[in-house]
Amino acid sequence: MAVITCGCTLLVLAPLFFVLVFLVGTGWSALNWDFFTRLPGAAGETGGGMTNAIAGTLLLISLAGVVGIPIGVLGGTFLAEYPAARLSQVTRFAADVMNGIPSIVMGLFAYVLIVLPMRHFSALAGGVALGVMLIPTVMRTTEEIVRLVPHSVREASLALGIPQWKTTLRVVIPTAAAGIVTGIMVGLARIAGETAPLLFTAFGNRFWNWNVLRPTAALPLQIFAYAISPFDDWHRQAWAGALTLVSIVLMVNIVARYAASRQVKSR
Amino acid sequence: MMERPVVERRAAALIDHTTAIQAENVHAWFDRLHALRGITMTIPERKVTAVIGPSGCGKSTFLRCLNRMHELVPGARVSGAVLMDGRDIYTPGVDPVQVRRRVGMVFQKPNPFPTMTIYENVAAGLTLAGEGSRKTLDEIVEQSLRAAALWDEVKDRLRKPGTSLSGGQQQRLCIARALAVSPEVLLMDEPASALDPASTLRIEELARDLAKDITIVIVTHNMQQAARVSDFTAFLLDGELVEYGPTNDLFTKPRERRTEDYITGRFG
Repeated sequence: MAVITCGCTLLVLAPLFFVLVFLVGTGWSALNWDFFTRLPGAAGETGGGMTNAIAGTLLLISLAGVVGIPIGVLGGTFLAEYPAARLSQVTRFAADVMNGIPSIVMGLFAYVLIVLPMRHFSALAGGVALGVMLIPTVMRTTEEIVRLVPHSVREASLALGIPQWKTTLRVVIPTAAAGIVTGIMVGLARIAGETAPLLFTAFGNRFWNWNVLRPTAALPLQIFAYAISPFDDWHRQAWAGALTLVSIVLMVNIVARYAASRQVKSR
Repeated sequence: MMERPVVERRAAALIDHTTAIQAENVHAWFDRLHALRGITMTIPERKVTAVIGPSGCGKSTFLRCLNRMHELVPGARVSGAVLMDGRDIYTPGVDPVQVRRRVGMVFQKPNPFPTMTIYENVAAGLTLAGEGSRKTLDEIVEQSLRAAALWDEVKDRLRKPGTSLSGGQQQRLCIARALAVSPEVLLMDEPASALDPASTLRIEELARDLAKDITIVIVTHNMQQAARVSDFTAFLLDGELVEYGPTNDLFTKPRERRTEDYITGRFG
């Protein structure tokens, strides 16, 4: 039995291991200073980089955070503080359903909601699509963490004559903060690599863009575009982009793990 | 002179004092469980009143009815009246938040706010309510910590987390936190049951000291503690007030058979 379970565990780990090895092996050689500092070159030309796509991904993640974090955190807090309310039950179910919605449908949603009325693609639309995807993840982790806050902490605050809403905002949420931040970062890491919701929202851009109302580049989009191109140098850069993206996600996850372990220690 | 009958003397002992809280026919429920069955008693001002009784007799529930904490439990209900200054705190329109400002509470297990420093913990009642300037806060924090007999131990590390203190110190920190909002009454729900004997003794001394200025109601399952610390003792059994009077009388000349059985250790 132990042999079988051990073998299955190795089978689970193997793909991850091979992906990482392959990614580092092929991507590493294409990573250079230019890759991080230069704009994409003209089609077929050797050289150039993905600096605008890296910045674009950061911009999109920030926008997604602005949309998803407040709704997710406050919604999750509500679920934890009023677990039996009818609204909570409905919301919890809705969040689980939302988690299962294909990401391209989220893109479609943002396309109809923002791109069509504005008549052009924009970073805003991409950010909203990712932000909506962020909500269920942040909401459910917040709920779990806020529920872990000992009842005695709430009682201490209420017994001091602090109103319920202030107890929640000023005592309960800060007590759960480290865990909530972890949930947010895991959520952000997940959406950082999403490609489908960006295809017809953020759209991609070969140049610098900091205007949220204009189309923007993003790492996943750039990787997609370069990977299906006929040029060897672009293939190389697509691998480098993939390695960069995975590194960003990995780093965020490590920071989140660290924050979570600090939370446990402080208890 | 002929000695007055016991019952009459006891009533007189209570009448001699100003009333802090008057409970009248207080009933309490948890869903269908009838936990308190009509408690009527007068809690004298600036005295220590102990509430004793076996586990599950409703003593903690009674305490939580005095600052409207009972109703926070889902499915919990209260009837009857709890008068302070002649006004029922259960009158519609009375804000439970205001009641809890006047009637502070210390819990069985020390529960300092885990994210706050020692200073912030003591000041929390004021800062979270948006009150107190920097300077008055400093003063109130020092006063409260002194009143809770903790100042000398923590004055050099006010910026350390409240949870870095020992259990006994944490409980005194919680007392300081309750005192900082200057309540008229302090409810103590088995405040020493999670502490070692030395810390227990300090909490008891503290309760006696505090009673010079405020009214203390202390719930305990420890009869020696009630005898050491209180002026008056109420004995609760199965949600009913069996006997109530000066502590000394209740322990030496119990009027009720059930009280005698309990204090002599025949059950409970």
